Amino acid sequence: MSQVNQVKLGAKFIADTAHRVSHDRCLWAARMRRDKVASEIPEWEEMRSLASQIKLHTLTHLDEYLQEFETRLKENGVHVHWAEDAEEHNRIVHEIFSAHHVKTVTKGKSMLMDECGMREYLEARGIDVFEADLGERIQQLDNQRPSHIVMPAIHKLRGDVAKLFAEKLGSDPDIDDPHYLNSVMRKSMRQNYIKVDAGMNGVNFAVAETGTIVVATNEGNADISANVPPLFIASVGIEKLIPRQRDLPLFIRLLSRSALGFDITQYTSHYTRPRNGQEMHVIIVDNGRSKRLGADYFEVLKCIRCGACMNTCPVFRRTSGISYDAPYMGPIGIVLEPSYDLHRYARLPYSCTHCGSCGNVCPVKVPIPEYVFYWRTEVVEQHEDELMHRMEESGMALALRNSTNLSHAEKLGLWALRNLPKWLLDSPANPWAKDHANPEAPKETFREYYSRQGKG
Amino acid sequence: MKVGFFVPCYVDMLAPRAAIASYELLRRFDLDVHYIEQASCCGLPMTDMGYERKACHVENNLVKYFSGYDYVVIPSGICTDQVRYHLDSVEKTPEVQHILDTTHDIVDFLHDVLQVKSLPWAKFPHRVALHNGCHSLRYLHQARPTELMIPDFSKPAALLNLVEGLEVCYATRRDECCGFGGTFAIWDQSCAGQQGLDKVSDYERNGLKYVTSADFSCLMHQQGVARKFGVDIKTYYIAEILNGTAEA
Repeated sequence: MSQVNQVKLGAKFIADTAHRVSHDRCLWAARMRRDKVASEIPEWEEMRSLASQIKLHTLTHLDEYLQEFETRLKENGVHVHWAEDAEEHNRIVHEIFSAHHVKTVTKGKSMLMDECGMREYLEARGIDVFEADLGERIQQLDNQRPSHIVMPAIHKLRGDVAKLFAEKLGSDPDIDDPHYLNSVMRKSMRQNYIKVDAGMNGVNFAVAETGTIVVATNEGNADISANVPPLFIASVGIEKLIPRQRDLPLFIRLLSRSALGFDITQYTSHYTRPRNGQEMHVIIVDNGRSKRLGADYFEVLKCIRCGACMNTCPVFRRTSGISYDAPYMGPIGIVLEPSYDLHRYARLPYSCTHCGSCGNVCPVKVPIPEYVFYWRTEVVEQHEDELMHRMEESGMALALRNSTNLSHAEKLGLWALRNLPKWLLDSPANPWAKDHANPEAPKETFREYYSRQGKG
Repeated sequence: MKVGFFVPCYVDMLAPRAAIASYELLRRFDLDVHYIEQASCCGLPMTDMGYERKACHVENNLVKYFSGYDYVVIPSGICTDQVRYHLDSVEKTPEVQHILDTTHDIVDFLHDVLQVKSLPWAKFPHRVALHNGCHSLRYLHQARPTELMIPDFSKPAALLNLVEGLEVCYATRRDECCGFGGTFAIWDQSCAGQQGLDKVSDYERNGLKYVTSADFSCLMHQQGVARKFGVDIKTYYIAEILNGTAEA
């Protein structure tokens, strides 16, 4: 697959002022709400540390907890499947659906299913999948990836949605009132909910001790997918486990506060066993996770997919999740995606200013800033670095070799600033000049000042 | 106290006034200050781009010339972070560990080591926006980043409050990154430029004309963007104000 150029895709979004400003404001508002609700909890920082420790403990005892989880699921009358990769996951889903003659499905939000490309897989096999999360459904209708893991259509304006709904659902293109647009979608989706053959969901937390899967939503869409149809499938990544029921409240307290700045999601649904007459399946998925477990960057597996890192990221807010062209975007995306496909995502780790804010908002303390350095080094080691970077590096290595070289390089630079014509200094040959006035060349460097002073 | 004074490459070339003010300021205290003329660079541009291994030569050079001081002071937060926490290609002998532990940005050195309580020579009767560069803020822990729910503190603000007439102010998004980001501003000009413009516009909306920071790199970026887009701000490296040589 071709390499993702986040810088180029991001520049397109930046140039679109209306979308960029709205996107930046919405997400910054979420970050501000997060600061406010977190500040109201005296033990907030302790909660982050504890959540991180529970995740580290679970990840380092994952074999035991996975077996416990499987045993409990079976005791509860749930069918359990193990999938090593995306292909196997999708095949299992399709086999279950084939056996039940399933033609239509509603699906709650699931990053894992997105990661596996499941919807495309099923649609290619004649199964209609209806996304039950509003934002995700908007993106599905627009044939575009989600741009944010908890707010999939946040890069769109109301007008975009009105236009899309008019085209796909026959509504009035001139009415962009959210209540109207909601009612249009509700009417359309309710018809689907009643007639679907099966429901699917992702999982926020899987409790090993009880075999319970827990899903947090704000629209109640998970409950419709789980409770209306006669067949229900949930897919869970192996990193979603937590040991005990009593560990859950901590994560629930952190999740929505970090994600949107609200105390809790509207719905926190616990599914332990099938309803009367329902058949329930849980697919436990690896898809590269056990490989990551043994790697230097294994703490990415602590991530609870809240999106707080995206909301705070100055690059993400200005370029939108669309520019990362990947299932996971923003800070967590740039340290996660290269582990799926280093070539395709080799440029993502450079879409970062090292501001470090993502590491501070992360409710489970994934050391994202550290991992950005890790991946940049890995990109170089695997020879995936860009030619321009290599050239700059060679130039710098020469200039910075010792103080004599540096002093010559500085003199050359200052000579250029003082003597080259303005049109040349402002030309595209100087990338700095696109958004900066060039600095004024000082009369002398510190080095020169110091020798003039007679060395103090 | 024998203090080595290291001037990072970009400060030497483009902001000698920041280095001169820092040097003069250090010499106001009872210190034996030596300019480390032989060292060239902290290695940040290489590490920043992933060329960690190739930074080896620069890093070896650095520890060679940083030896023999009680403290090394650097007028740049971003380079100090590099020396303290990212010299990964050098073996951590006790001598090297001493260098890492005793290398300070000028703000940390004044606040934590010298524990400066007054700056009688410094006067700057203006409202000044304090921009905490991300490295000073989140890696050197010079102030509380707004994300962390810990007791509030700010070393640069504490020092600026010692300057007669100065009122410390902030942009509305007080510690959002301005977009410099080491080599980021070169490779992603669109985003860096937008971040910079958003930052200087924030000052303008708040009626803040004077901006200071412990990272000249951020100021160089912000000043460049401001001049390009016609926003009227004036930037000062923090030592210029603390040394009393900043002119409005």
